[in-house]
Amino acid sequence: MESARKQAQERLAAMGLPQRRDEYWKYTRPDLLTTDDVAPAAILNLDEAPLFDAIDRLKIVFVDGVFDADASDDLSMAGIEIALLQDAPDWADALYGTLEAAGQTPVARPLAALNSANAREGVVIRATGKAAKPVSMIYVRKSEASDVMLHHVIRVEEGADLTILENGPAAARFNSVMEVDIADKGAFHHVRAMGRDHERRAATHIFGRLGHESKFKSFTMTVNGKLTRNEVVLELTGDNAIAHIAGAAMGDGDFLHDDTVFITHDSLNCESRQVFKKVLRNGATGVFQGKILVKPGAQKTDGYQMSQSLLLDDEAQFFGKPELEIYADDVMCSHGSTTGAIDDEAMYYLRSRGVPKVDAQDMLVLAFMADAIDEIEDEAIADDIRTRLEGWLARHRG
Amino acid sequence: MLKINNLHVKLEDEDKQILKGVDLEVGPGQVHAIMGPNGSGKSTLSYVLSGRDGYEVTEGTATLDGEDLLDLDPEERAAKGLFLAFQYPVEIPGVGNMTFLRTAVNAQRKARGEEELSAGEFLKLIRAKAKTLKIDADMLKRPVNVGFSGGEKKRNEILQMAMLEPKMCILDETDSGLDVDAMKLVSEGVNALRDGKRSFLVITHYQRLLDHIKPDVVHIMANGRIIKSGGPDLALEVEHNGYADILAEVA
Ligand SMILES: Nc1ncnc2c1ncn2[C@@H]1O[C@H](COP(=O)(O)OP(=O)(O)OP(=O)(O)O)[C@@H](O)[C@H]1O
Ligand SMILES: [Mg+2]
Repeated sequence: MESARKQAQERLAAMGLPQRRDEYWKYTRPDLLTTDDVAPAAILNLDEAPLFDAIDRLKIVFVDGVFDADASDDLSMAGIEIALLQDAPDWADALYGTLEAAGQTPVARPLAALNSANAREGVVIRATGKAAKPVSMIYVRKSEASDVMLHHVIRVEEGADLTILENGPAAARFNSVMEVDIADKGAFHHVRAMGRDHERRAATHIFGRLGHESKFKSFTMTVNGKLTRNEVVLELTGDNAIAHIAGAAMGDGDFLHDDTVFITHDSLNCESRQVFKKVLRNGATGVFQGKILVKPGAQKTDGYQMSQSLLLDDEAQFFGKPELEIYADDVMCSHGSTTGAIDDEAMYYLRSRGVPKVDAQDMLVLAFMADAIDEIEDEAIADDIRTRLEGWLARHRG
Repeated sequence: MLKINNLHVKLEDEDKQILKGVDLEVGPGQVHAIMGPNGSGKSTLSYVLSGRDGYEVTEGTATLDGEDLLDLDPEERAAKGLFLAFQYPVEIPGVGNMTFLRTAVNAQRKARGEEELSAGEFLKLIRAKAKTLKIDADMLKRPVNVGFSGGEKKRNEILQMAMLEPKMCILDETDSGLDVDAMKLVSEGVNALRDGKRSFLVITHYQRLLDHIKPDVVHIMANGRIIKSGGPDLALEVEHNGYADILAEVA
């Protein structure tokens, strides 16, 4: 792993830290993620049941970025092998940094290289069968000005099936990398909720490689946070693979959420689907930079990309940069990026039936988010997410 | 019940007067019908009564049981017992029909200080009412009006009315787009709600609906005013002769 770290450091030195002038950093201030000084972020205390509380899961707890054995469950479960990054077995050692390195072209992702070069904590998980329950990573925060890097390495073996949950405030400044290697017929599910502390900054990266007939599904909920940059870089290398990425973000005030996605289709008959929804108000900003690249020969590709934002007032803003680059002729790709306000007709209809204005607005906001939440296959998990969004709406009325 | 006095309404954003002095009084338990040429202001009247944005009342009043309606929010009017069956029901993707109706029923109950219906009670009630309107379970689960046929949307409006049990029901062209059987179903739905106290204002172009829902009074609206009122025979006269004679009469 030390040599992988050194190589990452060299990659970083060659590309440099992100700058505002970089093509993919036009809308999001990189300095908040790169400065030496880490501004504190107040810890939010909400009297609310923890997310995923009722879901039977294996808990892995990190406190300020350090694994907490006492708070975590026993790391053994049928169908999977779990180890800490510092005890990584050979397969993980060999994989560490490789998907991240591959994901650096054609678009540089310096913060991911920074992570590979410096992260000392994380987990490595190898699924060999159907995991009995989800693995739930919980990122607890105790320090006001924590600067945390985590790096997870995941391998889903042939025919195996794994669900990863992630939630918790993590850090004042958080940088995470998750490398996910999915073998033929493997299935990987991922549901996460970004930290809710108002001033926290986060840059997350998922690098995935998908084999034949494999499946990758990831959903992210973001409520609050000063800055969130979520990058997902996937390469569909086996035929008939499926990749779905969805996100639901709600921001009020000093909030910027940036989804930057790059999907490479490099095999036959694969499907990729992106569904990103953002509800913004009071100066909140949304960014979507999504690209589908269909390589020569990747025939029968079915690519779908939809990014929609709902602006609840005139101060909110959204920047969308959907891109398609296609080098095969027999493909179906569609994309759309829309920005709109609450539908007045729908609002009037609901109110004319007696639904108070605030409730009507909440109903329409949740309806707007529905397509993204529907991407979560597990109903109990989806319900948890829905409840969270409802709670947020209830706290942010008027 | 409903009392409209010299109501003048213009568009908010445009200098366009649409209602030019409407007078109308619907007593408890009564059924009134409004007929009139396209563009005469019938839907506008129903929108203004239910509180839609975009209109400005420049003169006149409208009260429900003596209470001023025009200063209330749409949801407050609904809680007071006013209901409008829309000429063009709105599609709301992502909001389940059932969830929507339960929220509406309970919001109104809450606003009136009544106890909310439990999920079970609500389910029982809606199933029974949906059945009489031949609305199947699948339609209840689907998003509000999304992918509903024209006739299904209208039946859905009547279902909402039956669930909300308003005291003043305004039906804007509920008969348009209905086949003969659906028209009967809808009329039966409306008649089932007649209890001697509940009142109806039925906007229609066709006498046929009034065969099923017998009006006490028929009004003719033209150019933003009620220009003539009479008994059920007035509707027959319109059916046979159109509006030309009546318009000439008042000109
Ligand atoms: N928002 C609006 N903008 C512009 N014109 C409007 C608006 N609302 C109503 N009008 C106009 O006001 C007039 C009355 O319309 P309204 O819909 O009330 O008529 P109606 O009697 O219901 O007609 P129909 O029988 O065709 O349903 C029409 O000339 C219509 O074009
Ligand atoms: Mg009309």
